[in-house]
Amino acid sequence: MFSYLLRRLVSGIVVLGIVSAIVFGIFFILPADPARLSCGKTCSEELIVKIRHTLELDQTLPVQYGRFIKGIFVGRTYLSGTPAELKCTTPCLGYSFQTDQPVTALLKDRLPATASIAFGASILWLLIGLSSGIVSALRRGTWVDKFSQGVALGAASLQIYFVGLVLQFIFVNKLAWLPSPGYSSPFQYPLDWIKQMALPWITLAFLLSAIYSRLTRAGMIEIMGEDYVRTARAKGLNNRTINMKHVLRGAITPIVTVFGLDLGGLLGGAVITEYVFNIPGLGKLSTDAVANLDLPVITGTVIFSAVFIIVANILVDLLYAVLDPKVRIQ
Amino acid sequence: MNKFLEVKNLSVSFPTEDGVVRAVDNMSFSLEKGKTLGIVGESGSGKSVTSLAILGLHKGSSAQVSGEILIDGKDINAMQENEVQLLRGNLMSMIFQDALAALHPYYTVGNQIEEAYLVHNKVSKSVAKKRAIEMLDRVGIPEPQKRVDDYPHQFSGGMRQRAMIAMALSCNPSLLIADEPTTALDVTVQAQIIDLLRDLQKEFNTAIILITHDLGVVAETADDILLMYAGKEIEYGTVRDILQKPQHPYAWGLLTSIPRLTGNPNKPLAAIAGTPPSMISVPGGCAFHPRCSYVSQVGQSCSSSIPELVPVAQGAHHLVRCHLDAPVRGEIFKNQVAPNL
Repeated sequence: MFSYLLRRLVSGIVVLGIVSAIVFGIFFILPADPARLSCGKTCSEELIVKIRHTLELDQTLPVQYGRFIKGIFVGRTYLSGTPAELKCTTPCLGYSFQTDQPVTALLKDRLPATASIAFGASILWLLIGLSSGIVSALRRGTWVDKFSQGVALGAASLQIYFVGLVLQFIFVNKLAWLPSPGYSSPFQYPLDWIKQMALPWITLAFLLSAIYSRLTRAGMIEIMGEDYVRTARAKGLNNRTINMKHVLRGAITPIVTVFGLDLGGLLGGAVITEYVFNIPGLGKLSTDAVANLDLPVITGTVIFSAVFIIVANILVDLLYAVLDPKVRIQ
Repeated sequence: MNKFLEVKNLSVSFPTEDGVVRAVDNMSFSLEKGKTLGIVGESGSGKSVTSLAILGLHKGSSAQVSGEILIDGKDINAMQENEVQLLRGNLMSMIFQDALAALHPYYTVGNQIEEAYLVHNKVSKSVAKKRAIEMLDRVGIPEPQKRVDDYPHQFSGGMRQRAMIAMALSCNPSLLIADEPTTALDVTVQAQIIDLLRDLQKEFNTAIILITHDLGVVAETADDILLMYAGKEIEYGTVRDILQKPQHPYAWGLLTSIPRLTGNPNKPLAAIAGTPPSMISVPGGCAFHPRCSYVSQVGQSCSSSIPELVPVAQGAHHLVRCHLDAPVRGEIFKNQVAPNL
């Protein structure tokens, strides 16, 4: 078990290395000159040379990449030995061209909003998706099943920017039941946090619970045909125990897998949701960075979300070992 | 007439998009405590459907079950699902062919046996666990206190089937249905499992229905044999009747197709021509007639009318469903079949 975990962590770090190298390489493939980009409006040739030196862009590519990686682990110092010395502490991902803020600080700043969206929405979609999927599977072929799967099909076909805007129009603009979505600290203003997050949660959960509902239904129906469910019936168990203990237990594993990956992906930034509701999260940070060619921020957000996805993958695999005894032994 | 199990005119049909499939058609048989009935037939002949009906497991599905299934005088078919639930695993239980698929992969073997015991016995979990260990020990699992916490995939094929048996017998059922319990096992393990079933039967005086397509297994264990073809019983009698004086051409085919150690190794094995019929379109008349070599001895009626299940002789318990006249059948058996047995 331990060596397995170690192997996974090492391979995760290798993947991160590859991801960071690719993203870092974008600096040099793009026709835009990073020095010119960070130069601003009152730019002169001398200034560009100076900036190029400050950002260490006059070094060779491997040296730059090496310093970038070193910055993440031990921090780095720009212009060391000069009066303008600039210390960037660990983990250093450079400075935004746009705001000159350290990228690490930006990420730290934006994470709570994204995490709020991801966790709130995931609880909601798990509750709705699983329960409607279970009910559909148990009442297969009845109007309850047809209705809920019809809604699920419709919901799965809709897009966040459509559902989000419609909900916002109804609940914020017309009925004024909710304030405009945004982010308040759940520790300082818990009520505001819920009110502002409600629409993003519902929007995301609406679409994702549709997928989970269909997944749960299909899984349950498949397991109902398994021999071991027939065995459970032959023992004289009642339907409730058969469905909740034997069928659901058999069907839950793939759902957990998909859930882990969805959550990991979302934590890297609920891009469209944040954009639609104008929520200052990681997704908004990265789209803004892309729009402005703010390369250090792009690199930072990509590496950050890669970390979430890799960690989610490892966690899902570990959870799999807990859920499936066949995996546990190996 | 106080038979422990009496099945009367049992029919099971499934409505499908291509029409109604009569998987089991008008079956009647009986079984006493401590005795074994072997139900033999090819895949799709209705053996498993019959056994599921006896456990009332068609309830809640689209299957239409008619007739009476009397166990200890109680009609399973007339009961509600919740009434049958109280009897399943308790009065009658079942072991299945593929124990790996029939055991839940995510629960320990012990947990599954405990569960079977707890449904019908109001005892604590620790008592149930003791019972599980005791049962595993009884069916010959070594180190049962340790293996009780293993998962099914950690057991070998034979051990899994033993665990299945332990689970099925945990509540001392009076009727055990074994649906091809040895098909997925290799021959030596098969023999062990059959021995185990026989020992347990002696110990608990259980009535056993053994469903199989292996005549060898039936010959060793059964008291009576019921031969099924296309959902109908075609021959029914004691082991001695069926194995020594088979009456139906299908039985002849089955028995002569068994490879013998003493036979000529260069001679091709005998086989019944053709394939089992599709249950969607069962041949008219006697369902076996397209594969039967003796149709010419009867003529028209083989394909036009379904023969009755009748005693082979006045008052005999040996029943057969065939258009051949008894004397003709006797002649064919004596001259063409018996020499090849």
